[in-house]
Amino acid sequence: MVNEKIKVIDATGSFCPGPLMELIAQLKEAEIGEVLELLSSDKGSAQDVPVWINKVGHEMLGSEESGGVWHIRVRKLK
Amino acid sequence: MKILIVGGGMGGTILANNLARRLHEELHAAKARITMLSASERHMYQPGLLYVALGQMMPDELYRDQRRLLEPEIEFHVDPVEEFRLDQNQVRTKSGKTYPYDVLVIATGSRIFLEGTPGLSESAECFYTEQSAVHMFKRLQEFQGGRVVISVGVPHKCPMAPLEITFMLHDYFKDRGILEKTQIHYTYPIGRTHSLENVAKWATPEFERLGITYETLFNLKEVDGRGKVIRSEEGTETPYDLLISIPAHKGMEVIEKNGLGKGGWIPTDRYRLNMEGRDNVFVLGDTTNLPISKAGSTAHFEADTLAGNLAAMVKIGSPVRNYDGKVFCFIEAGKDRATYAMFDYQHPPSPKAPTKSMHWFKTAYNRLYWASARGLL
Repeated sequence: MVNEKIKVIDATGSFCPGPLMELIAQLKEAEIGEVLELLSSDKGSAQDVPVWINKVGHEMLGSEESGGVWHIRVRKLK
Repeated sequence: MKILIVGGGMGGTILANNLARRLHEELHAAKARITMLSASERHMYQPGLLYVALGQMMPDELYRDQRRLLEPEIEFHVDPVEEFRLDQNQVRTKSGKTYPYDVLVIATGSRIFLEGTPGLSESAECFYTEQSAVHMFKRLQEFQGGRVVISVGVPHKCPMAPLEITFMLHDYFKDRGILEKTQIHYTYPIGRTHSLENVAKWATPEFERLGITYETLFNLKEVDGRGKVIRSEEGTETPYDLLISIPAHKGMEVIEKNGLGKGGWIPTDRYRLNMEGRDNVFVLGDTTNLPISKAGSTAHFEADTLAGNLAAMVKIGSPVRNYDGKVFCFIEAGKDRATYAMFDYQHPPSPKAPTKSMHWFKTAYNRLYWASARGLL
C-alpha cells in the first residue's frame, strides 16, 4: 500500500454525471487490483459509493472528509 | 496565429464560427488563420436522433453541408487526423498531409461502444446513429405489447436521454393503444433514477404515477438474447421482450491510438480547457475527461468560452475567462411536455414542472440549432 500508485478522480463540482457515475466509468478503464481515489464535494457520495462498491464486489478501502471534500478509496477486484 | 480545429461536430463548429466572427479583422489581415479538419462533409444534429427513433423527425432533417455552415474565412478539409505530433505542433492526416499549428483544438467527440457488452449489439435497439434510430422506429411499429426494458451504460452521451426515451415511449405506446399490454421497466447505474438528485426527485414520482417500474444500481454486464434476459454487474437480472439501450460510450480511437487519453478521453483542465501539460492544446465537448455531462450544450458553452479566450490570445496575448461548468439540458417528459436542467460547477439544477411551452421551445430549438452552429445563438 505504501508504494501503491493511486489514480485520483476529481469529481468535485460534478452534479451530472456525478461522482458515483464517474467512478463507475473509471473503474471500467482500470486494471484489476488498481486503487482509485474519488474526490467528491457531494456528501451523499460518502453513503452512495460504499453501498454500490459492496453490492458489485469491489473493495472499499476508506472514506475521509477534508475541507468539504470526501476522499473515497476503492480497489478494483474484478 | 494558426488555429487548427480537429473535429467538425457541435463543439468544433460553434468554436470555429464564433472565433471567425471575433477575429474578422485579423483573418482578413492574415494575422490569424482558422483551419478545420473533419472526418465528414456533413454535420449532424445528433439530438434529433431521439425523434427519428419515434417517427417524429426524418433523418434528412438532421444534416447540413459542413462547408456551408462555416464562415467563408475558415479553411475546411475533409481529412481526418491520424497522428497528433504535439511536440512538433503539427498533425498528420489520412491523406498524408501535415498541418502545423500555433494553437490546436481537439473536438473529435465520442462513439457508442456496443462491443464492450456481450450480446448488446445483437439484441438491443438504440438511437445513437441514423441507421439504429430508423431500425428502432421500425421495431417499435411492429411491437404489439410486452416488457420493454431500458438499459443504461456508463459513460453515455446526453444524460437526459434515458429519462426522455422512457417518457416518450410511454406516450408512444399510449397513442398506439397498447400501453395496457406493455410494461416499461427502467434500469439505472446508480442508486436513484437520475444522476442529478433534483431531477431524480421529479422523475421517480412521475414513473410511479405512469406505472413505469424501475431498478437502480443496475450496471449492464451482458445480454442473453436467446433467453431474453439482461444481467447486471451487481448480480441481478431482468427479462425483456424489447430492449432499448443507452449504450456506454468511448472517445474516438485516434485519441487512444495517439496516447492522448485512456478510453479516448483527454485529461483536460476544467477551467482553461487546455489539455493537461499542454498550454497550446485545448479540448472541447465529449473529448474531455471532465466530470460533466457529455452533451451538446456542454460543448456549446465550452466553445463560447474558448472562442473568447482564443480571440483574446490573438488580440492581447492572454485568455480572459474560465469555463464555469455551465450545462443546459432540455428534458422531454412525454410527447408534448418538457422541462430543463441548468447547472454549473457550483450550482445544482432545480428543474420545474414540465410544460407544453417548454416542449415547443425544444421543438423550436431543433431548428434553431443551425443558428447556434453558425455561432449566432
